[in-house]
Amino acid sequence: MPDLLDALIRAVEDADSANRLLEAVEDLAAARLEGAIPTLSAALGYNNPGAAVAAVDGLIAIGEPAVPALLEQLDRQNYTARSWAIRALAGIGDPRGLITLLGAATADFSLSVRRAATRGLGTMKWHWFPADLREIAQAEALEALLFVAQQDEEWVVRYAGVVGLQSLAIAVGMTQPAWRSQIQTQLQQMANSEDSWAVKARALLAIQKLQTDQLEPIADQQPSSLLAVDWQVILEKLYQRKGQERLLMPEGDPRRYRELAVAIGQKTAEL
Amino acid sequence: MDNNFDFQNGEQLTVEQAIANLQGEDLGLRVYAAWWLGRFRVNAPAAIEILIVALEDEADRTPAGGYPLRRNAARALGKLGDRQAVPALIQALSCTDFYVREAAAQALEMLGDPAGIPTLIELLTNNLPGTLPAPEPPQLAQPFDAILEALGSLGARSAIAEIQPFLEHELPRIQYAAARAMYQLSDPQVASQYGDRLVEALSADDLQLRRAVLADLGAIGYLPAAPAIAQTLAENSLKLMSLKGLLEQQLTQSANLSEGAVAVMGLMDELL
Repeated sequence: MPDLLDALIRAVEDADSANRLLEAVEDLAAARLEGAIPTLSAALGYNNPGAAVAAVDGLIAIGEPAVPALLEQLDRQNYTARSWAIRALAGIGDPRGLITLLGAATADFSLSVRRAATRGLGTMKWHWFPADLREIAQAEALEALLFVAQQDEEWVVRYAGVVGLQSLAIAVGMTQPAWRSQIQTQLQQMANSEDSWAVKARALLAIQKLQTDQLEPIADQQPSSLLAVDWQVILEKLYQRKGQERLLMPEGDPRRYRELAVAIGQKTAEL
Repeated sequence: MDNNFDFQNGEQLTVEQAIANLQGEDLGLRVYAAWWLGRFRVNAPAAIEILIVALEDEADRTPAGGYPLRRNAARALGKLGDRQAVPALIQALSCTDFYVREAAAQALEMLGDPAGIPTLIELLTNNLPGTLPAPEPPQLAQPFDAILEALGSLGARSAIAEIQPFLEHELPRIQYAAARAMYQLSDPQVASQYGDRLVEALSADDLQLRRAVLADLGAIGYLPAAPAIAQTLAENSLKLMSLKGLLEQQLTQSANLSEGAVAVMGLMDELL
């Protein structure tokens, strides 16, 4: 296996034309080897959209192990690489990407990044979250998705907002009946009065899907490999985000976060 | 990337200012104001009126003899949806500037007024004297793709005989425009051959061509193309736009969500 990996990586490094690079990245992505992560994340920054798409697909297929490398990409100054990394995070649905997706869905400059991040908010791996943190995180996602569905100026981002709301409604199931009905009200409004026919139609379809939703348990029940420290970081960032919003929205109550931070901190100490 | 940087500056212009700029001395501000009025869909009567006047502008010329202001004015008039502009746009089809003719053909298509059909056919058969070819290679005599697309969208069945030869044109882009028009103008039993021809073109080697065909298929809303569109090697944004065209075509046929509409949305969800 290492020989195969080396050969695939060398093909990427030695590619001397845009087409060769594309093919080499596609081959490397298709191998789904964790050893390919550094090379695939580097490919997000090449000026070759085809190769970047292939690298995003490959990183999504590798999934969770690729998340730290993607988070690192976000800190770099390369805007294009950053936007591809957000798309990969959206596709993986790892909770460590949540804060990034919340910000990107509501405020990124590029509509394709907002679109992907919005979809990613709906398909987040909610079942990985500890129950108390999940509720806070889902509340943030709901708020972001409602904002996008109502206010984004691009039809395709609002369309993604509808898809995200549908996924979130299914994910919360009957644990949050108030959220579910809030989502249904929003979808109904869009089915009645959305400007774009495509978005209108998707809202209708979402309503139908929620009516027939059997509330089946989520298929992917494998436990999360995230460490307590990861949850701590997610919580702190959510707390910061809420703190910034609090200037505008006085109903946010940061005290809950503090109690939760203490509780999670204790869990960390026990490990 | 996806947005226009001018947007920021553009928002600072007011409707009154844009209309004033369009009548002012500064050629740069004039050409920008014409674009701006179209971009922000300012269909106030005063705007329409001066854009129509701008179609005959003589002041703004490129070294090669082009008319930048006329081009932008024609594009804006297409977007503003006021059929008052139709006679002036038909007149603009005889302009010496290739790009003014292209913009005028596109605008007439957008306005959906069949009054332009006879002149569009004259232009397609290259029968309008004084119209200069495109300045860049391959120096096409006429903006054939824009003309073919307009004739198709306007339902110009009388033009079928003139359109057919373009299915064999040397430029694939023009062949596809002809196929798109033939699909729109043919009876349902025979139309699918033209749709299928476009589906085949989705595997062209050239990305630019694949992008053009995605737009063509979206414009005609050819449902059988849906899976092939989703698989095409091109940006998801363009595939989503194309599938949106198919979806909207389904929605015009039935108030309820048809099986086809649901299938197209399934493909769109995967591309987000």
